[in-house]
Amino acid sequence: MDGTDEDRVDAWFQALSDRTRRDILRRVLAGEHSVSTLAASYDMSFAAVQKHVAVLEKAGLLTKRRQGREALASGDVAAVRSVGTMLTELESLWRGRITRIDELIAETHPQKD
Amino acid sequence: MPVTDVSHDLDARTLTIVADFAAPPKRIWEVYADPRQLERIWGPPSHPATFVDHDLAPGGRMNYFMTGPEGEQYYGYWEVESVDEPHSFAFDDGFALDEEFTKNPDLPVSKNVFSFTDHEGGTRATYVGIYATAEGLQQVLDMGMVEGASTAINQIDELVTA
Repeated sequence: MDGTDEDRVDAWFQALSDRTRRDILRRVLAGEHSVSTLAASYDMSFAAVQKHVAVLEKAGLLTKRRQGREALASGDVAAVRSVGTMLTELESLWRGRITRIDELIAETHPQKD
Repeated sequence: MPVTDVSHDLDARTLTIVADFAAPPKRIWEVYADPRQLERIWGPPSHPATFVDHDLAPGGRMNYFMTGPEGEQYYGYWEVESVDEPHSFAFDDGFALDEEFTKNPDLPVSKNVFSFTDHEGGTRATYVGIYATAEGLQQVLDMGMVEGASTAINQIDELVTA
């Protein structure tokens, strides 16, 4: 990993270290949202939400385009992570489920037939 | 780690997970047949699942939501296609728009087959998910990525504020 990659990873983790930004990212990964729609979802000022969107954009996690007076944001994870890495993440969700099944069956008494 | 194999094929748009459990298929089946047990395993610790409707029968519907750390809710549904207790069941897994569990037509639906066979005194579980398009699989992976990353980061949050 060279210096540029390191900087990008730093920006990425910094962007995701905030709960509101993680929530914004979840929404824009599911589909394009206008910044004003996003702002309406949070108990904070439009400017504060705009600032969060700007941090995500700078980290390369989100892209923005203009449509008339609206700024439309969508998630752009492919830009920072390879498909292989993402598959690993989905695997980890599954591994979590399987570990929880394992724990669940271990804690309950065996079934009487 | 009971997971024995994970394979994915982006061209065939299929994800296959194989896991071995130290309990008979009947016991693993119960996890899916009982909504209280199912919700303990379906969502990650950061996003616990609540099953509102649970009808594990052909044509039945399972409606659930996951609750995030800030109380935000994500809605999903399963549409059960076939059931062969305690060996297998097949269902469509999709996202819903709201608490009425209206299907979200913009997000991908996957076809899933979960099967459980006797294996060395326990169960071999095979989970297969097929997406209609590569874009659909990609979209789900993108969402899974964020979920996984935010779980890890929440744990770091807890560690540094402890």
